[in-house]
This record gives sequence, structure tokens and C-alpha cells, in this order.
Amino acid sequence: MTEITTTAGPGGTSGPSSYAVELHGITKRFPGVVANDRIELEVRTGEIHAIVGENGAGKSTLMKILYGMQPPDEGVIRVEGRDMRFKSPKDAIAAGIGMVHQHFMLADNLTVLENVILGSEPTRGGVIKFDEARRRIEELGRLYGMELDPDELVEDLGVGERQRVEILKVLYRGARILILDEPTAVLVPQEVTELFTSLADLKAEGVTIIFISHKLDEVLSVADSITVIRAGRTVAQVDPKETTARKLAELMVGSELPTPETRESTVTDIVELELVDVSIDAPDGRRILDDVSLVVHRGEVVGIAGVEGNGQSELVDAIMGIEAVTTGEIRLGGEDISGLSTRERREKGVGYIPEDRHRAGLLLTEPIWENAMLGHQTSKPFSRGPWVDRGAAHDATQRIVEEFDVRTPGVDVPAYALSGGNQQKLIVGREMSASPSLLIASHPTRGIDVGAQAAVWDAMRDARKAGLAVLLLSADLEELIGLSDTLWVIFRGRLVAKLDPATVTPEELGSYMTGARGEGSGQ
Amino acid sequence: MTLSWPKRFGLLLLGPVLAIAFSVAISSIALSASGNSPTLAFTQMYHFGTRLDSVISMLNRSIPLYISALAVAIGFKMNLFNIGVEGQYRLAAVVAAAAGAAVDLPAPIHVLFIVLVAVFVGGCWGAIPGVLKVTRGVHEVISTIMLNTIATGIAAYLLATHFRAKNAPGDLVIKTKDIPKSGWFPNLNKILDKLGIDVVTRAPGSELAGFLFVALLLGAGFYLLVWRTRFGFDLRASGVNPGAARASGVDPKRMVVQTMTISGGIAGLVGISQLLGVFHRYTIDFPTGYGFTGIGVALLGRNHPVGMALGAMLFAFMDRSAQILDLNGIPKEIVVIMQGVILLSVVIAYEVVHRLTEIAELRAAAAQTAAAHAGAQVAA
Repeated sequence: MTEITTTAGPGGTSGPSSYAVELHGITKRFPGVVANDRIELEVRTGEIHAIVGENGAGKSTLMKILYGMQPPDEGVIRVEGRDMRFKSPKDAIAAGIGMVHQHFMLADNLTVLENVILGSEPTRGGVIKFDEARRRIEELGRLYGMELDPDELVEDLGVGERQRVEILKVLYRGARILILDEPTAVLVPQEVTELFTSLADLKAEGVTIIFISHKLDEVLSVADSITVIRAGRTVAQVDPKETTARKLAELMVGSELPTPETRESTVTDIVELELVDVSIDAPDGRRILDDVSLVVHRGEVVGIAGVEGNGQSELVDAIMGIEAVTTGEIRLGGEDISGLSTRERREKGVGYIPEDRHRAGLLLTEPIWENAMLGHQTSKPFSRGPWVDRGAAHDATQRIVEEFDVRTPGVDVPAYALSGGNQQKLIVGREMSASPSLLIASHPTRGIDVGAQAAVWDAMRDARKAGLAVLLLSADLEELIGLSDTLWVIFRGRLVAKLDPATVTPEELGSYMTGARGEGSGQ
Repeated sequence: MTLSWPKRFGLLLLGPVLAIAFSVAISSIALSASGNSPTLAFTQMYHFGTRLDSVISMLNRSIPLYISALAVAIGFKMNLFNIGVEGQYRLAAVVAAAAGAAVDLPAPIHVLFIVLVAVFVGGCWGAIPGVLKVTRGVHEVISTIMLNTIATGIAAYLLATHFRAKNAPGDLVIKTKDIPKSGWFPNLNKILDKLGIDVVTRAPGSELAGFLFVALLLGAGFYLLVWRTRFGFDLRASGVNPGAARASGVDPKRMVVQTMTISGGIAGLVGISQLLGVFHRYTIDFPTGYGFTGIGVALLGRNHPVGMALGAMLFAFMDRSAQILDLNGIPKEIVVIMQGVILLSVVIAYEVVHRLTEIAELRAAAAQTAAAHAGAQVAA
């Protein structure tokens, strides 16, 4: 597919093929689950069609089927009126479908131009025709209002621009139907606005957009039509003009909604965690964390907002003792713990929910009971002296599983057999069961469904009431605003603003997070 | 454990069985191609290999292989590749031989002393790549291979100079002084006798090495250490997910040094069975190569003490039974081909089985969770 098609399919907006994509009766079964159960989807040519649903509702599976990554067990895929049978994404691309994945697939050390043509380079006699490619990219950029410097390195681009490179990549391959998988998950509010402007431009040029999200306000503001999926089934197709976020959410969840809001304040004046002028220098001398000072009291949730990569991981690693601080002091309950090992800090009552549960939180191939003791292997009931106490560990894990509603056939199954939400509940459960005095919660509800999210929030709220001090890092601004008693914004390794979560708006937060509003202008 | 245990066990055995079958097939082709009868070769090997003296020899041969595999496996458990068992055991054996010959102690203490010297030397030599890794970032594969060469050199130097015994006239073998009788490890023939196995008439001259006991104890200790202690949990966690282990409070640097030291310590015992049971001194032709074969045995036995015991016996059986082939004009190198094919195919077979197990686990878990969930909903 090398030609650029700028107009919509031949059907236009009337006639039998006024739908760009039709899916009828799509069913996909995986061992033990029906991921898609007779799903119906009709997307008109040239509209922005949102698909909303909880994590695990079957959105991703449906899109994988539409993009040819998985064949459906049953059902019909119709693109611009023609029945399709995709064997691989190649076929889908040939039919004019392009997908922008949630996690960018770009080579940082290549330029925009090189990234866009990667895999479908125009060549003559084995030599890449860069001039032609450059012309076409500039043409596309002008047409769709996505102008980018083709010679800039991708590593120098911001997240929003990278996303545009991804979209360009897909358009370059001739896509007339774009699938965007959670495109706003990685963006700050301002970038979201820019993305939506681009989407409107694309739409004006006749491109059909399928937009997957679970952020309902965004969906309502941008979509022409919304399909709600719950537990693998199509629940409804609604007109955004005739619905509200609340109604949509209820359709999505099918029951009462959880909110992250914390009711009454439980903040005490006893300082649990105190950071005094903590700085960390990278080996190359770059300052990653710059003079960070903050206090977390017992019964208080202190939230840290910030665009990823502004020093949050280093902050967490410093408190956990995984990374050494260059200067400064970390005090826990008044005692300087800067020199203690991670294990000693853990034993002093620091609980930890890592940002990436697979990389830092679980032993996926090991049984659940061993995962439950991870991080607490030196203390009762999991061990006695140098020995692991298997019996007691099993019992303790059983209690965690019951108390935190971890859905599992038993405590001996390997952790990989659990769904993401249940894995996260296991981690939260094991940290809470150790009755910590301080909890470092890094993205505690990332990538889990609404039910598990509510359970995690409840657990944190209950512990806070009992006097737990929490440092919460999250990309979910609603979660941060809803749960925090105090909110800091981190930007380029510095805490640039202290805000009151009761009055702050996501837009305001976003402007601090991007550095648009500077230090000292907070309250 | 969602899978029923016969199913699990079946999946566990599937890998090695497939690998052995495949290696028999390949070596049959090699035999036929070189104009020999595979049936003759294998029946010969079987008949010779199952004679009592062969069985005793097989067990004796499997001891160093097993200990070597244990040494390698403890490193494997945290993704450390100790390729240096070879150097560790040779250096340990020469120092232990010299130390054993230099002292005179009551029998059990003398043996214990030699064993401890061997463990100490092996452990120290094993710790070097660990320290290099955590302080200078040197990959242990590189450093252990290089240290093998250095260890061989040091062992040869010590043997030729400080540890060398005066030769009797006409004796040209370079060797250490003999270890006195009190430092010998008794054989197990008496126990075989008690079991009604008449070694004297059925296999005259054969001795079942007493170190077999030590090997079995080491295997049991390995199991307890790795699967029942906190240390073992930290070790396995570091192997499965270093990031998670670190976040859980495991100090990765300390873990590397400790594990390499333990690995080296076990490696120190590889040559001791033959030193104390057969040779009673270290000579220039002290057996070599156990360190490398041990890697294969660990792989075959999937780092499990029982699996590695079976693997060590299989390799020892093949080595021993191959002795008969030359007598029939069949090149006994065919066994090397078999061992090689087993190792290559077992890696693939284990991967296949691993995926099958994973799918089966996921399926079983999903089915049981769904059932439990449905049950709960009905109950509610």
C-alpha cells in the first residue's frame, strides 16, 4: 500500500456503504472466558466513533480482531461494504485500516521521517527515495494539520508529538480508518486538546476514527457516536448529545459507581515521612531530583502529580532505598533512614506498591503464596528464623485472598494465571496486611478495571483512617485529586507547586505539570 | 496447584523422554551412516551397562557430575552462570590433597578437615567472579572462564613446586604426597553386602564410593536451602525477577557474592570423592572436565536435585556402557553425540513443555475462577 487516498471510500455518506466499518456477531473465546460475545459495531464513514468499556471488557480484543491480529471465532467484518477476512495486520492495512497503539512503537534514535517510512520505505533499486518520502510526509502534515519537522530525532520530541508521528505513520500507509487505542492515556490536558484538534482535522478530510477510551468526559467532547461494551457484549450505542458521563459510566459498569473521593480529613500532626533537601545526581552529573523537601503526616495522603519521567521514579527509589541519594536526608518517624537498606526500611514499616507490577512487584511464574510474602519474607508469619514457614505463609495468603477479594482458584497457582486487577489486589493486600506505617503507592490502579480500582481505593482509605501515611504517585489526575489531602506537582526533578486538591482543577494541574506555570505561583 | 499432580508429573517427564528418544534416533542415523548396526550397539550398551560392576562404576562416576551440577544449579537459580566449576574443583582438589597429606588426625576429623579445606578453597575461588561482578561489572561468564585457565595454571604450579612429593626412583608421575589412611573415605561395599549384593564374586575389585552419601546429603541440603529457607526465596526471587527482588529488600550485590561463594564451595567437593576414595593424592592426570559436564547435567535436570541426580546417572551410564563398544569395533564416540543431542533437544523440549504447562495452568485457573465466581453469584 503506497498510494495516499485522501478521500473517503467511494460510498460517500449515503448508500449501502455509508458505514466504514461494520462488525456483526463478533465472538472470540479464550480458555475460560468469552472476550467478545456477539459484538455489534457500526462506524459511519468520516465520523469519530468512541468505544468505551472497563478494562477487560473486550475492547482491545475487538480492535485486535478488526486490525487482523486475531481471527474471530464467529462473526462478520465488513469494511466499506465488503466482507473481509484478515489473516494479519497486513491485510487490514491493505484494506485501509491503521492502528495507533497505546504504547508507542518508535525508534528513538531515528528521525521523524525515518520512523514514518520504517517498514514501507519507497525504494528504487534498493535505495531509499528519501526525497519522495519527505515530500509525501510534508503533504500529509499539511493536509491533516499535523506538521512535524521530518528531520527531528524522535527522542527530542514530546509525548504529544510522538503520538502525531505514530498517526502519520499510519496515514502514510494509506489508512482511511484509524484505530486509536487509549490515545489520551499518556497525554496531559493541553496535549489532549491538541490531539482533539488534529482528530477534527482528520475527520474533516474524511478519515474515519475509532477511538478507544475509558475517559468519559473526553469521549463525550470528541465523539460523534459511542458504543459501550461491558463484559464482552455490546450494551448500547448512544449519541453523545443525549447522554452524560454519569449515564455512560453506569452503562459501562452496570452498577453503582466508585469514586476516589475521600470524605473527611484524618490528617494528624504526627510526621511520619520527612524528606529534607533530597537530591539525586545521575552518573553523568545531571540532577534528576533537585532539593526535594516534603512531609507526610500520619493519616495523610500526599499526592505527587507530574508527567512521567520528571523524577517520580527516582523519588520513590530514594525513599525505598533502591537508589542512593546524593545529598539530603530521609526521615521515617523522626529517625534518619538514609543509610538503611531497602530491607531494613521495609522492616521498619514502609509498604510499597510499585508502578510496574510485572517488573517490580511480582514473581509471575511463582505461586501466589510466594508472591504474598515478597517484601515481607523476613517477618512473621512468612518466616521463622532462616526458614520459610510454608504453612503459616499459606494461611496468611489465604486471608489476603479472602479479605482483598483476589479471584483465584487457590494460593498455589502461579501469579501469571491471575488477571491484572487481581494481581494488583494481591499486591495491595500483601502490603496492607503487613500494617505499614508508610505506604508508597505508585500508580496503584494503573491498568485495572473499575471494580478492582474501587477495592484498592477502599483499602487505602481505610488504612489512612487508621493512621497510615501515604505517598501517592499517579498519572490519573482524578485519582490524585480525589484521594490526596495535599498535592504536589513535580517538574524536572523539583517540587514546583503545592496545591489544595479541594479547589484545584485538572487543567490547572496540567499547566503546572507541563511547566507552563512555574514555581511559586501555587498557593 | 491447579493442575492435578499426575498431569504435572507427566508434563515434567515429557521433556527428557522426548530428548532421549530424539538422541537415540539421531545416533542411530549416525551409526547406520558409519556402517554399524544401531540395534547391536544399543543392546551391547544395555547388557554391559547393567552388569553389577557397571552399575557400581556408574554410581561412582555420577558423584562428581552430580556435585558439579549442584554447584552450577545454585547459580542458575538466580541467573548466574558459573562456568568456573572446573577451575574451582581442580584448585580445591590440589590444595585439599596437599593439606590432607600434611596433617595427621584421627580418621573422621581428618576426612572432615580435607573436605572443609576443599570447600573453603572452592568458595574463595568462586567468590572472586562474584566480587568482580558487583564491584567492576565484569560478567561472570567471562571472568569464570578466564579464572578456569588461571586456576589450572596455579594448580599445575603448586603441584610442580610446593606440593610435589619426592618421586621414587623410576617413578615419573608428578604428584602430591599420599594422604594417610585416616584421611581416606571408606567405601560402601559392606552395606552392599548387608543388602545381599555379593560384590566380591559378581564384581571383583569394584568399590562403591562412600562419597555417595555426601552427594545425597548435598542434594537434600540443596533442596532445603533453595526451597525452604529465606535465603533460597531471595535467591529464586532474584532469578525470576531481579527488579521485584530488589524492591522486596534483597540486596542484589550481596546476593551475587553469596551465591557465587556457595557455588564455588560446592564445586570444591567435585573432585573429593575420587581423591579420598580412589587416588588418595593429586596427580598430574587428575580427572578433568566435570565442571563442564556438570553444566549439561544441571540443564538436563532443570536445576532440581532429583532431576540432576537422574541426569548425572544417565550421563554416567552412557560413559560407562560406551566402554563396550570399542570391543565390537563401534566407535564409542557415538555416546558423545548422544549426550550432545540430548542437551540440545532437551532445551527445546523443555521450552515446548513449559509453554504447554503455562497454557494448561491458565486454562485451569480461568475455568476454576469462572466456576467459583459463578458459584458465588448463585450463592449471592
